[in-house]
Amino acid sequence: MKAYLILEDGHIFAGTAIGAPKEVISEIVFNTSMTGYLEILTDPSYAGQAVVMTYPLIGNYGICAADMESQRPWPDAFIVRELSRRPSNFRSEKDIDTFLKENGVPGIAGIDTRELTMLLREHGTMNGMITTEEYTDLSFPIARIKEYQVVGVVERASCKEKYIMSADEFVPTNYEEARLTYMADQKMRQAIENAKKAGVDLGRIAMYCVRGSEGIKKLNELAADPKKMRKYRVAMMDFGTKKNMQHCLQKHGCEVTVYPAHTKAEEILAEKYDGIMLSNGPGDPAECTEIIGEIKKLCASDIPIFSICLGHQLMALANGFRTKKMKYGHRGANHPVKEVATGKVYLSSQNHGYVVDGDSIDPAVAEIRFFNANDGSVEGLNYKGKKIFTVQFHPEACAGPADTEFLFDEFVKLMEEDA
Amino acid sequence: MPKNSEIKKVLVIGSGPIVIGQAAEFDYAGTQACRSLKEEGLTVVLVNSNPATIMTDRDIADMVYIEPLTVDMVKQIILKEKPDGVLPTLGGQAALNIAMELEESGFLNETGTKLIGTTSLTIKKAEDRLEFKNTMEKVGEPCAPSKVVETVAEAVEFADTIGYPVVIRPAYTLGGSGGGIAHTREELCDICANGLRLSRVGQCLIERCIAGWKEIEYEVMRDGAGNCITVCNMENLDPVGVHTGDSIVVAPSQTLSDKEYQMLRTSAFRIITELGITGGCNVQYALKPDSFEYCVIEVNPRVSRSSALASKATGYPIAKVAAKIALGYTLDEIPNAITKKTVASFEPALDYCVVKIPKWPFDKFIMAKRELTTQMKATGEVMSIAPNFEGALMKAIRSLEQNIYSMRSGDFTGDSDEDIVEKLYRIDDRRIFVIAEALRRKISPERIHAITQIDLWFIDKIAILTEMEKRLETEPLSRELILEAKRLEFPDRVIAELSKETLAKVKKLRKEEYGIYAKFSIVDTCAAEFEAKTPYYYSCFGKDNFSAPENAEKLPQKKKVLVLGSGPIRIGQGIEFDYCSVHSTWAFKRQGYETIIINNNPETVSTDFDIADRLYFEPLTSEDVENIVDVEHPDGAVVQFGGQTAIKLTQALLEMGVPILGTSAENVDAAEDRELFDEILEECCIPRPAGKTVFTTEEAIRAANELGYPVLVRPSYVLGGAGMQIAISDGDVREFMAIINRNVQEHPILVDKYLMGKEVEVDAVCDGEDILIPGIMEHVERAGIHSGDSISVYPARSLSEKVKCVIVEYTKKLARSLHVVGLINIQFIVCDDEVYVIEVNPRSSRTVPYISKVTGIPIVDLATRAVLGEKIKDMGCGTGLAKESEYIAIKMPVFSFEKLRGADTSLGPEMKSTGECLGISKNFEEALYKAFLGAGIDLPKHKKMIITVKDADKLEAVSVAKRFFALGYEIYATRSTAKVLKENGVPAIRLKKVSEESPNVMDLLLGHEIDLVIDTPTQGRDKSRDGFLIRRVSIETGVTCLTSLDTANALVTSLETGHKNLVPVDIAGI
Repeated sequence: MKAYLILEDGHIFAGTAIGAPKEVISEIVFNTSMTGYLEILTDPSYAGQAVVMTYPLIGNYGICAADMESQRPWPDAFIVRELSRRPSNFRSEKDIDTFLKENGVPGIAGIDTRELTMLLREHGTMNGMITTEEYTDLSFPIARIKEYQVVGVVERASCKEKYIMSADEFVPTNYEEARLTYMADQKMRQAIENAKKAGVDLGRIAMYCVRGSEGIKKLNELAADPKKMRKYRVAMMDFGTKKNMQHCLQKHGCEVTVYPAHTKAEEILAEKYDGIMLSNGPGDPAECTEIIGEIKKLCASDIPIFSICLGHQLMALANGFRTKKMKYGHRGANHPVKEVATGKVYLSSQNHGYVVDGDSIDPAVAEIRFFNANDGSVEGLNYKGKKIFTVQFHPEACAGPADTEFLFDEFVKLMEEDA
Repeated sequence: MPKNSEIKKVLVIGSGPIVIGQAAEFDYAGTQACRSLKEEGLTVVLVNSNPATIMTDRDIADMVYIEPLTVDMVKQIILKEKPDGVLPTLGGQAALNIAMELEESGFLNETGTKLIGTTSLTIKKAEDRLEFKNTMEKVGEPCAPSKVVETVAEAVEFADTIGYPVVIRPAYTLGGSGGGIAHTREELCDICANGLRLSRVGQCLIERCIAGWKEIEYEVMRDGAGNCITVCNMENLDPVGVHTGDSIVVAPSQTLSDKEYQMLRTSAFRIITELGITGGCNVQYALKPDSFEYCVIEVNPRVSRSSALASKATGYPIAKVAAKIALGYTLDEIPNAITKKTVASFEPALDYCVVKIPKWPFDKFIMAKRELTTQMKATGEVMSIAPNFEGALMKAIRSLEQNIYSMRSGDFTGDSDEDIVEKLYRIDDRRIFVIAEALRRKISPERIHAITQIDLWFIDKIAILTEMEKRLETEPLSRELILEAKRLEFPDRVIAELSKETLAKVKKLRKEEYGIYAKFSIVDTCAAEFEAKTPYYYSCFGKDNFSAPENAEKLPQKKKVLVLGSGPIRIGQGIEFDYCSVHSTWAFKRQGYETIIINNNPETVSTDFDIADRLYFEPLTSEDVENIVDVEHPDGAVVQFGGQTAIKLTQALLEMGVPILGTSAENVDAAEDRELFDEILEECCIPRPAGKTVFTTEEAIRAANELGYPVLVRPSYVLGGAGMQIAISDGDVREFMAIINRNVQEHPILVDKYLMGKEVEVDAVCDGEDILIPGIMEHVERAGIHSGDSISVYPARSLSEKVKCVIVEYTKKLARSLHVVGLINIQFIVCDDEVYVIEVNPRSSRTVPYISKVTGIPIVDLATRAVLGEKIKDMGCGTGLAKESEYIAIKMPVFSFEKLRGADTSLGPEMKSTGECLGISKNFEEALYKAFLGAGIDLPKHKKMIITVKDADKLEAVSVAKRFFALGYEIYATRSTAKVLKENGVPAIRLKKVSEESPNVMDLLLGHEIDLVIDTPTQGRDKSRDGFLIRRVSIETGVTCLTSLDTANALVTSLETGHKNLVPVDIAGI
């Protein structure tokens, strides 16, 4: 069936309808990742937005439920140049079209996504409508398109009730499973066996089993003295968290208690956690005034806090800094962030349309740890005299590079030192 | 980190002659790196034995040594130039090997020079099989179970424990030379013995066979601060088992999920970090298609063919960045040359699909095995860009210039479905077309996958193409259908053919009625996220309206010129035409023109985005060129620098209304059209060997008998003497005509009297009146061996002044009567002081780069100016024959026979060499010695040789044998040759034939004590099994095998003088 994408500036793209047959108005944003469409679709930070993939061939490896970053897709619509007719990958369970239909997400395929991306780049993020209706008079839909605003999305993306993910409930990813079993060489296999026998938790085994001889050494050390392994209790404020964030914590032996976004600080502080994580999430951070108020209280405590993406922005706002909307944001898997102290550059996965305004940062309160090597924007802050560090990018990756996963190590170390 | 300020002068080591496995990619990388270093204010000293390259130009480096790439020569240069650093990572395996020896012997330390861009430790860890295995184990990166062996017995023992099939990989060789897959113990013994010999360190790796797994490559970079990025990953359509250089490759990977993509990316970073790479690196993986299991196949700690491909596929200039990293810059300090807004420490995001297809020389080597294995066989490659895989594949196929424009190739009419299934098992260059045919016959994709192991995703894409063929055959040509066909990159001619319409009608329908035009997008490294400044374009269909290319900068009213490139590197059309295309582009720029290049070869300098004002990475067919002409409206096109590829487009360009700059199309035709050409020769009173044009075999036999044998038989309009043969009997003529006529001939076939004289060649710049001949070259081998395969000597040594005058006179006459404006190449035969013309090419030739360099006359620049109307007498280089240089420069052909099992090594009128090197000196013998050395002929070693010559050569062989004997050579000869030698006083030892009992000629060759084989094949096609076998076995055991007595004489001349201390010559100073 024919479908149209109508932009608020009057541009129309004609293509083919995919996914659920329904009309939708949303904010149109583009993502430049070449792989990871399923992780992107299931990233709750896309609530309230429609995603354009700039890579033209989408759906090549189908859908594998194990790779989902949350229970369902979040974008209002999915916009692609070409959907693969025949997905091919040993783990593929179904194709994207079916997945979108099952989840009531509409979309459009067969449009020139490069041209669309250039429009969004030049004009900045725009609203748009995806419809199968042929409007003869555009003024009516355009008026509606222009009215659209991304609001109340954190509530939608956050869990409704708190839940606990213990370190013992750690479920290895398909890849970790492979490394733990058929990919382990003889020496590694032995080390894994020893560690398991000694009661080392599976998360840590999964973490070390990819590290070669250093990993073997570590596993043997742990097996020799499992008591050395500390377990941590972490509270996570869920603004729309991705599964891998919890998974990364679990790998370090953390038990993660996930709280709905509007939980009072007192409730969390009362539990005396070893550390607190503020998750990623969708929308305009400045809108979350109540949450910011609670974060101020968390800040005042002396508990180590690690925040990612929206969490990073909310922490900045809680400290009196400002955020601003970017022209078209950073969404992709190739964003270079530079660490001020070391000069090192890491490639990161990003998904944000707002950013902490660098000029608003009080150097007495926080210092910039990471900035974007392309546009100089703020990518990470260390709070002075506090055990708080925050990053704009996604160290948990999925989709994208895992180059900054070491930040979870740092968080755990912070908790260890704190104890 | 600031630039390393201790480094002020750098020696860059090039990669030497073009051979299979090492093509133009290193000229591209080296040129880019040299420019990058000069940009930093460094003095660049370059050594590379290959004179056809752009990197050996005086504009590229400050000091240029076109010298043999031997450790001794590089030492001499280091002692003379005293560079602060040696950069070895841009010259392929050859340069790395030299660097290793320089470092390990302590020479660099003694001279206070250091390796930059890598360390010997890094090279060793990556290249030495055992070290590599240990390193991988340390970082937990899996390799296939393997063992490094130094004897065949060890190999057999290990293979017995891991089971067959096993893969054999020799250490330190290029293009996987000598490797292979063995299914049985016998095969293992055979391949392993060969591999051990080819390995520089006498080691082979025997490993578990992972054939059938997905082959994935990552191009990664790391700087001195430890920052890592991935430039690109690539997926081979052909699973593991086919050398990546022989695989169809797609970028980025298509069938990997993010989990698999990141798993391998992370692995690549761990590896390059552990190896301590500073610069570019290529990591190859095998990924099991039904699990996460993977193995690291190989790591190349340097720029490579894959990095050239990755650079062109993404726009990320790997070599340039690697050079900056070598100077101490970190990735974030280097700006992204494409966006100018971002930095080099970011990973390109593609919004299109890239397909590479190799160009194989099987059309030249009819007898060579077409089977694709772990031994690379391709000479070159093409790349294409489209928003979808199907389109990119279709574009790449037509870029190969094989007269194939779709997935329909090969005649399968006589094949049953089961025959097709049978053919699917054959892994060769035609398999992709067999898959298409299988799909047309409704053989299920699953079955095809089960046989070929090619991923179903790719098979489905081929099915989409065959389904479109069917639709075009059966459905009316609606707008929707044509739009979809164009989206899949079906050329108009294929649409016409399938729909049984005329091409003109399809074109009119598409353009005028339906308004479907190609649109041009930019390769911008960032999927349109940032505005890109670089005009690097590819075409696509899918959008209906006609539009100017994205981002087309409005340049002030400049005239625009279209420079047509020369496509993939193949035998007969190599890197020299890229040299000419690039130089003419630069010349046009200097003359104030806006320049546009069209080309499709990812390995070359011409497809670097900063050569022309605009680069169109497109197939070189008339339709693709027309799409560009439609948007660019060039004021003219120049075709004389791009080899036959460009010349073939002349007519099409004229029809598009694009004027051809320089020699007119009619005059190009006149040189190729036998009758017209004969008329011109007659007018000019220039003799040529008698000849006739024929169409049928009967006519050919009649002509041959009238002329008298021997005769030359060849098709007109060919390159590199394709299909040319010397016939001595009616039987030969019949056989050759049958071969030529396998392809439908649009042009007549030529039968000429064969004259056995001295072959002489000139290149001349002409302006319609005057000419400038930079130099006369004389071939060492007598006429009958293709000029590209002959040793060429400048200045000509044995010609009388009178003959030289005649040559200049003839050249001038021909240039004038053909109204040549630009370049002309003429080949003469001098027989008894009489000069005959045998061939005229009114275009650039393969000798232009070499002659430009040794004479210091910028031939292409002058020719370009002539094309633009400037007069030669005003150019300041004089007219007529230029003064001879005091240097003697000898161009030596280089062959790749060892890579092509089954190919006959005997030389003849059809070109077989893949590359060339130069020997330069004020002394003839030294120049000759250097030239042989550059070609890898480093004698004497064991001082034993074999001579076996045809009857006609026997007496002449005596003098050659005497000279070798005088040098202390022990001479073995076959029965009749030995007899003649002995009768004439040369003590020769008689050899037993292959069929006789041991020890026979084979045992001697396999004993590895033979330096040299001289084997002149019987005239005509050699069918004697012994001769062929001796030549093949010598090539495969690494023994120099000469098939012409002229070459043998030259070799012995070079050896007689003996050259202990070769003097390097800086040609930038000539």
